[in-house]
Amino acid sequence: MSARGAHPRRGPLEEPAWVRFALIGITLGFLGLFLLLPLTAVFFEAFRKGPIAWWAAVTQPDVLSAVRLTLVVTAIAVPLNAAFGLVAAWALGKFRFRGRLVLITLIDLPLSISPVISGLVFVLIFGARGWFGPTLREHDIKVIFDTPGLVLATVFVTFPYVARELVAHLEEQGTDPEQAAVSLGASGWTTFWRVTLPSAKWALLYGLVLCNARAMGEFGAVSVVSGHVRGETNTLPLEVEILYNEYDFVGAFAAASLLALLAIVTLLLKTVLERHEARIAERGSGTRSGDTEISR
Amino acid sequence: MVRSVRGAGRARTRVLPGFGLTLGLTVTYLSLIVLIPLSALFAKAASLTWPKFAATLMDERVVAALKLTVGASAAAAAINCVFGAIVAWTLVRYEFPGRRIVDALVDLPFALPTAVSGIALTAVYAQNGWIGSLLAPLGIQVAFTPLGIVVALTFIGLPFVVRTLQPAIQDLEHEFEEASASLGAGRWTTVRRVVAPALLPALVTGFALAFARALGEYGSVVFISGNMPLETEIASLLVITKLEQYDYAGASAIGVAMLILALLGLLLIHAAQRLAVRRSGSTVR
Repeated sequence: MSARGAHPRRGPLEEPAWVRFALIGITLGFLGLFLLLPLTAVFFEAFRKGPIAWWAAVTQPDVLSAVRLTLVVTAIAVPLNAAFGLVAAWALGKFRFRGRLVLITLIDLPLSISPVISGLVFVLIFGARGWFGPTLREHDIKVIFDTPGLVLATVFVTFPYVARELVAHLEEQGTDPEQAAVSLGASGWTTFWRVTLPSAKWALLYGLVLCNARAMGEFGAVSVVSGHVRGETNTLPLEVEILYNEYDFVGAFAAASLLALLAIVTLLLKTVLERHEARIAERGSGTRSGDTEISR
Repeated sequence: MVRSVRGAGRARTRVLPGFGLTLGLTVTYLSLIVLIPLSALFAKAASLTWPKFAATLMDERVVAALKLTVGASAAAAAINCVFGAIVAWTLVRYEFPGRRIVDALVDLPFALPTAVSGIALTAVYAQNGWIGSLLAPLGIQVAFTPLGIVVALTFIGLPFVVRTLQPAIQDLEHEFEEASASLGAGRWTTVRRVVAPALLPALVTGFALAFARALGEYGSVVFISGNMPLETEIASLLVITKLEQYDYAGASAIGVAMLILALLGLLLIHAAQRLAVRRSGSTVR
């Protein structure tokens, strides 16, 4: 109560100063302990024997080939899901029809499925004892324990990221700009490329950033479908696991530091894009700029 | 194609072309990548006879793994509800230096590959780690015990609770708090009687999301858990073990059980949430 006299600015709608400090302290302590400390540990362990040992670990042939495979898998999975996201966003964001909400829920489905199960389903279909296993063996095609399996599992787990951002964005934009374009004689394609896509580019980028991070970092699903052959079917997260289990801690954490760097860049991009979007939203609706200064 | 466009109903959407084409492609791709593969899981589990399905799930090792997974997931989600609520409240309501950086950091568990989280948490909480070495003299062992699993699941679940609560706190009507204060309620009473009930639905949703995610988590847990059968073996690891023994049906049965548990959790919590909404609706408004 005496605090009120000391801080005349505090109204009845604020917690006492000591409560505020305590809550901020708990927040910083908890996040520091649970988030910052493990992140720091990655770099600390990676550089434990100095930058030269780190460089040597990162440039091992097996690590480099794991990086290459991760990039290949990502380069296939992300564009596929981005293309799907654009197509789905047009159908689900610009039109209203029965079953639309069901479809939107189904698109989000992979987010709530265990990564291990996401890998398992492809083993059931393409594995040696799966649906198409015998057929594939006859034609000498390898899906599981090889790159195609890695791509499939990655496409599955990263499936919703671009689509959900774009569907939400296109829905929010409404159809007025497109209708204006079409009524002025523009074709569907022209309308999409010249009207819809430019307005959705930030949402697309946001989805791509998240999709890319998950694609490069996925572990559980690819672990199920990978053959775990070093230099051949190991993505970078799988290489981290192998190095770690061989007690090559500097190697494991050096490889992990590359992925942690990716995570930091992802967070940075995400924050920048979110702030950009908030600014656009504020400019768009000038009426509610005063009292709701929300940074999301 | 024409019919489905007409099905779209509203005159204002009918002008735009491409509905049939894009919807067709969407449904096709969704079926190929998600729906058909998932149906394989259920088909495989259904290939077991009932007694065999039940026997797979009643196996001592499977029961232990499922119990541990559900228990650790619930504990982690509960921890996140307490600390996540404090974090969300602090980030929305208070100004302090570095707030934006802290806010961005909350998403780290989303962005950090789970394998990296796993080895990092193990390094920190192992007996010779930064925190583990502090806890060891107290007789507390985190890594390679069920406690370690809870730590890992807390790590990956945190953003779900915080990110669900933040918009709810932002949307709180200041008028309610003002009314409560002007009626003579102290700040604590206002928080307890006005703010908390209004945030309860979001908190429950956050719990459900964190819980569902934790049930299926694999990467961040396997390194810290020790993976001892009957003691620290989680359900998703058991799925992989079964797969490695080419027991596809057994793996699918556990997979189906995990999916059903996650669904049950979501349904239960959905019911609780509706109850909470109805209650808070009668007391607050």
